[in-house]
Amino acid sequence: MKYLLVILFFIPSLLIAQSRVMGKVIETAADGSVLPLMGANVIWEGSTVGTFSDENGDFILPYNTTYKTIIISYVGFTSKKIKIKDPSVFLKITLTRSDILEDVTVKARKKTTSVSYIASQNISTISSEELLKAACCNLSESFETNPSIDVNFSDAISATKQIKMLGLTSPYILITTENIPSVRGAAQAYGLSFVPGSWVESIQVTKGAGSVVNGFESITGQINAELVKPLTNPKLFVNLYGSLNGRLEMNTHINTRLSPHWNTGLYIHGNSRNETFDKNKDSFLDMPMAKQINLMNKWQYTNLQKGLIGFLNFRFLKDQKQTGQVEYNPSVHKFGSDIWGSEVDTKRFDFSGKFGYVNPEIPYQSLGIQLAYSLHEQQAYFGNRIYDINHKSVYSNLVYNSIISDTRHKIKTGLSLTHDSYREEVDVDNFNRNENSIGGFFEYSYDNLDNFNLTAGLRLDHHNLLGNFLTPRLHLRYAPWGKSALRFSIGRGKRAANIFAENQRLFASNRAINIQNNNGLIYDLDPEIAWNYGISLLQGFNLFERKADILIDFYRTDFKNQVVVDYETPTEINFYNLRGDSYANSLQLEFNYNPLYNLNFKTAFKHYDVKTRYNSGELQKPLTPRERFFANLSYELITTKNPGSWKFDATYNWIGRQRFPSTAQNPQAFQLAANSPPFSTLNAQITKVFSSQFEVYFGGENMTNYSQKNPILGAENPFGSNFDTTFVYGPIFGSMYYAGLRFRLN
Amino acid sequence: MRLLKLTALFILISSIGYTQNNNSKTIFEVDGVCRMCKKRIEKASLKTKGVKSAIWNLETHQLQVIFDEQKVDIETIKSNVSAAGHDTNTARASNEAYGKLFKCCKYRDLKVTEEHKL
Repeated sequence: MKYLLVILFFIPSLLIAQSRVMGKVIETAADGSVLPLMGANVIWEGSTVGTFSDENGDFILPYNTTYKTIIISYVGFTSKKIKIKDPSVFLKITLTRSDILEDVTVKARKKTTSVSYIASQNISTISSEELLKAACCNLSESFETNPSIDVNFSDAISATKQIKMLGLTSPYILITTENIPSVRGAAQAYGLSFVPGSWVESIQVTKGAGSVVNGFESITGQINAELVKPLTNPKLFVNLYGSLNGRLEMNTHINTRLSPHWNTGLYIHGNSRNETFDKNKDSFLDMPMAKQINLMNKWQYTNLQKGLIGFLNFRFLKDQKQTGQVEYNPSVHKFGSDIWGSEVDTKRFDFSGKFGYVNPEIPYQSLGIQLAYSLHEQQAYFGNRIYDINHKSVYSNLVYNSIISDTRHKIKTGLSLTHDSYREEVDVDNFNRNENSIGGFFEYSYDNLDNFNLTAGLRLDHHNLLGNFLTPRLHLRYAPWGKSALRFSIGRGKRAANIFAENQRLFASNRAINIQNNNGLIYDLDPEIAWNYGISLLQGFNLFERKADILIDFYRTDFKNQVVVDYETPTEINFYNLRGDSYANSLQLEFNYNPLYNLNFKTAFKHYDVKTRYNSGELQKPLTPRERFFANLSYELITTKNPGSWKFDATYNWIGRQRFPSTAQNPQAFQLAANSPPFSTLNAQITKVFSSQFEVYFGGENMTNYSQKNPILGAENPFGSNFDTTFVYGPIFGSMYYAGLRFRLN
Repeated sequence: MRLLKLTALFILISSIGYTQNNNSKTIFEVDGVCRMCKKRIEKASLKTKGVKSAIWNLETHQLQVIFDEQKVDIETIKSNVSAAGHDTNTARASNEAYGKLFKCCKYRDLKVTEEHKL
């Protein structure tokens, strides 16, 4: 019987022997007996194609002729490399125990996008592999294949992409790079486009209140971008990209090992667009002419024997954008009244350092410190309106990890210290402000090692403008039955709204700015306070013997106080504190399925109800779709005849109707419909992998060629009172095609 | 402000120093066959008062325990692990405790261990 099973097992493998390599990982114990090794990591050298051995030590790896060498590693064992000459040979790999346990690093095979079953928070991770599916070009464009984040254009002239989570814009999301708050303050409008896509190693999207460790500002959730590390990034990486709409991008990474403990990396990014496009013939550029130089130098220190790790990062950025009417020439027309134009120049310097100590004797104790400094200088004008901002920021956070009685009860505690100084010039007014805060936090996690865990955190902050306040956050996870996770979260957030930096698009309109005085401390306004509640259910199951999962989540954000941004009067923009209700309800249904080994299907439906009490009554938040449908299909073709592989990826989005801010008070000619029409877009990309070193890709965005007609109101008279570029609900430029290449040398 | 930070740092560092004194380490063999066994063994150890951390290695059958010597001794940990149904190098699980294990975890059964091996 057993032999029959073995034979049956081998028949299919013989038929497809060329596309797979099979084997077994074993260990010879001291007494000479042979034991299978479960969970050994088996990976093709120079690729991300890998697997784990199962409980019998068996593994199956996809094969094509570009793959030459298998690396087998396991904690506590010396890794092995095996050259594959004949893929049909069943491999028997014996690993031997290594003497020094501390020297071994743990590597796990990455699923391209994964939602955790175990963490108490609703976290989905986007891996670097997933990020390559939408190849262009920076952090603001990295969410195309993730349904939890909505991406839209903020206005008709800057081509800036704005992200939303749970129906609320990015200021309500805590955006961090390597867990240090980064896209905030002056960087709020364009900051996401200042992180090149090739620098991003992975992204963690946490829905709901988030952890108290990273501060009190997050309201709807947290997005953390983990950047590439000198130790693990290829020695040399080059990426070139060009698109038919004139965008050129270049990325070069150079990583060097200086000593057994020190690694350094230099990351150079440049992009430019010199061509002018006005497809919709409204005399305005459809997207700005732009130039960016972005440099990062990273130093990594690792000493696992002593339990010490450290990172030092230095970054410098120079970004220039010119937009407006096609004929606009700054040296001739600047601040005139004939031709409308705009320039935004940004210089930014960043330093950040992270140092950590893990007691090698007691692995559950560690101490870490994060330090960051940034200087952000923006000089900008939009027609005759000026908006300059200078923002200096200092951030420090000390975190101590330990346990109470045993490892089921973990604690994190520490102190944070922040300083922000803002100098703003808005038209003819100056706004200067300093913010200082000191806070302590304590976070307790409990795990019953089975089906329940929780994270409860509390922080107390003293802030010169926000006062003294508590920030409680709670996350629970319970698995009522197999392959499931039921989650609940609640938390409070508080923040100072940077009304101009966050709503920078208002300057590309002739709306008059009114701040309805409330005698508050931040632009005469009071800080924003909100509670966020969430519940979600993740259920995995098998459909036709292939893996599938369903995710349902519902979140509600309830504002106790808000700085209402009121576009409802067409010639004005009004800022005032909330009087009445403001909330955002978000429902998401997600279904993921792997119908075939290399075929992956994701689909999601979202419903939003985002309402705020404006001076003119309770209204749906403008330019926020109430419904969205998302579908993504990705397929990898590994052929035996041709070397390398092909990767196909397609994303479809349907965006429902969006309410336009009221234009009822405008003359007839400048009135818009109550709602935008629904529309859909299709993006697709094909990647040809020639080898682990070289690949090319080409793709299209918005291939259904949808574009918003007349995105600029009053374009014929940009100096008139009805000129407004903020009524943007969809793509301005039609379909766009691009191509690029990647080269890696390990 | 700086003073406050230094004070906090001092407290944290001294607390690390303090807790270190109560951390004893031991490694002993526990019999088991699968990941379910691993969970059970670690849980039984951790639920013993005074045990701070317990990691069992499926391949080597070695259980690494960090514990507070003043609160618990090695024999108590071993007897709790054996009470959960797993033999240790000195304490043997009672037939009753062993009988409660899932079928796939019956490590004394040669058939089960063979199935987990090759």
